[in-house]
Amino acid sequence: MAISLQNIAPKTPPVSHTSWRLWLRQNLFANRTSTLTTVSLLLLGLWLLPQLWSWAVWHAQFRPDADACQSIRGIGACWGVVSEKYRIIIFGRYPFAEQWRPLVACVLLVSLLVVSCMRAFWRIGLLWAWVAVWLAFFGLMGGRLFGFSLGLSPVPTDQWGGLPLTLMLSSLSIALAFPLAVLVALGRRSDLPAIKTICVTYVELVRGVPLISVLFMASFMFPLLMPAGTTPDVLLRVLVGITLFSAAYTAEIVRGGLQAIPRGQYEAAASLGLGYWKTQRIIILPQALAHVVPGIMNNFIAIFKDTSLVTIVSLYELSGALGLALSGDPLWRPFKIEGYLFITLIYFAFCFAMSRYSLWVEHQLQRSQAR
Amino acid sequence: MSSEAIVSFEKVNKWFGQFHVLRDIDLQVRKGERIVICGPSGSGKSTLIRCINRLEEHQQGRITVAGIELGEDLRAIDQVRKQVGMVFQQFNLFPHLTVLENLTLAPIQVSKLSVEAATERAMQQLERVRIAEQAHKYPLQLSGGQQQRVAIARALCLTPQVMLFDEPTSALDPEMIKEVLDVMVELAEQGITMLCVTHEMGFAKAVADRVIFMDQGQIVEQNSPQAFFDHPQHERTKDFLAKIINH
Repeated sequence: MAISLQNIAPKTPPVSHTSWRLWLRQNLFANRTSTLTTVSLLLLGLWLLPQLWSWAVWHAQFRPDADACQSIRGIGACWGVVSEKYRIIIFGRYPFAEQWRPLVACVLLVSLLVVSCMRAFWRIGLLWAWVAVWLAFFGLMGGRLFGFSLGLSPVPTDQWGGLPLTLMLSSLSIALAFPLAVLVALGRRSDLPAIKTICVTYVELVRGVPLISVLFMASFMFPLLMPAGTTPDVLLRVLVGITLFSAAYTAEIVRGGLQAIPRGQYEAAASLGLGYWKTQRIIILPQALAHVVPGIMNNFIAIFKDTSLVTIVSLYELSGALGLALSGDPLWRPFKIEGYLFITLIYFAFCFAMSRYSLWVEHQLQRSQAR
Repeated sequence: MSSEAIVSFEKVNKWFGQFHVLRDIDLQVRKGERIVICGPSGSGKSTLIRCINRLEEHQQGRITVAGIELGEDLRAIDQVRKQVGMVFQQFNLFPHLTVLENLTLAPIQVSKLSVEAATERAMQQLERVRIAEQAHKYPLQLSGGQQQRVAIARALCLTPQVMLFDEPTSALDPEMIKEVLDVMVELAEQGITMLCVTHEMGFAKAVADRVIFMDQGQIVEQNSPQAFFDHPQHERTKDFLAKIINH
């Protein structure tokens, strides 16, 4: 028997009309539990928001008037503390009259970092920009470079502080830790027993101690191991400490990515005659790193905030500088919360930018691999 | 077809741990010869061809490829790999590179060709496997059959003297097997030396000069396809053929 098949022409899918009423119903009031949750959350918001508003805005004192602030303690926020102390919070102990220098240094550095994140600028000139900006940064901050005076008054590194210090420590240690981490991750998977042992020992040792003790050791024990009279700068010591610390963690994340690459990729590369480094650089790492972008960025964000631990060796980066600004001043000491909220905002702005950037990178990778 | 051996195995033995995977393999492959290797799974046939470009190391005996003996000498291995192209069961294309980049990678990085020359060569090979219009797509945007044809073109871009195929159609949907086999038949007709591990007996009958049957790490039987399929000598060969032909 012949079966007649009628061709069905393709049709457009049905349009879904979602009015806001329907949306509310489906998402917020679908059933009894959902309705109950919605209502409780609404009530909680209605109860909290006015209080927050009243404290942060309505009864708040915006002028740097300590007496006025004192009179509204517990009722309203004293944002005056920020306008009074922001320069110490942002620049730490840096000489007050010279604070244009860290400001310019910060602007240069942030611009460099922003530009480095943009694909359009990924060419050889960017390397020169990195060299130039870092020279400018250290020149401006210290007033001298490699022992040569730049016509600015010299400022020793123990007086650097606040945001420039946070930015410098975190961006340099991230930039240095990342390549190191990749090498260590590759080393841990190496066939050469010596290299493997070194990498495993390094990672396990560093992961076994808190960052605070690493910083402590970098700051106080490192000089003991150096020949007498040659003490590297405290900033350098701390930078090395943070870099080594974060590289160990990042290395494990990278190793996770490496493990996700099927053996066939190595075999295909080998069958084409590619050597070890070319295989890693062109075939393996681009795929492995693409797998672990969220983990790596997580770590970078952690490094950014962990720089606050350098206070332990008397370097006053952003959060240390806040303590410095308020602890020594009995007039303003009571308004730490407002100060902390202020630096929270700064930390959040940077961390949020980093996490958005990470999402963008993931999106780019997804597009290019069409997965 | 010349009588000169381009691949030669002499008393080759290999173990995976305690497992004796290749046992006293002796094999001479003449230039231009097309060999199909078959056998039950675990018989060592993949291992055998993977020894030719040293994806696997042999522990005893001698393997010579294009006059170069394979051993610990890394430079010799690099030399051999330039002469030997390989196609894998799972294609093993590089998913983060476009089809064209997959093809030009080795000519640029290994043979030090200019980008233009490598691109030209790659496009020629893509046309040879009839997939030139996909040059700028990523591998995962292609069907399995297309991916395997790209993999063949990639191996050909180094202008190898020997092509190894390790079950090239086993991971493909049935309707895609033919397009890959067609390309392989064409290659065979163009006179390239081929060693192909496959269960496609139609392909073996059509193009092979010699069919080799392996079992338990040994070459049990080798013969021309006609003699091999019509008059298998060994019990194990008969068993195997009965199983794959009457399934």
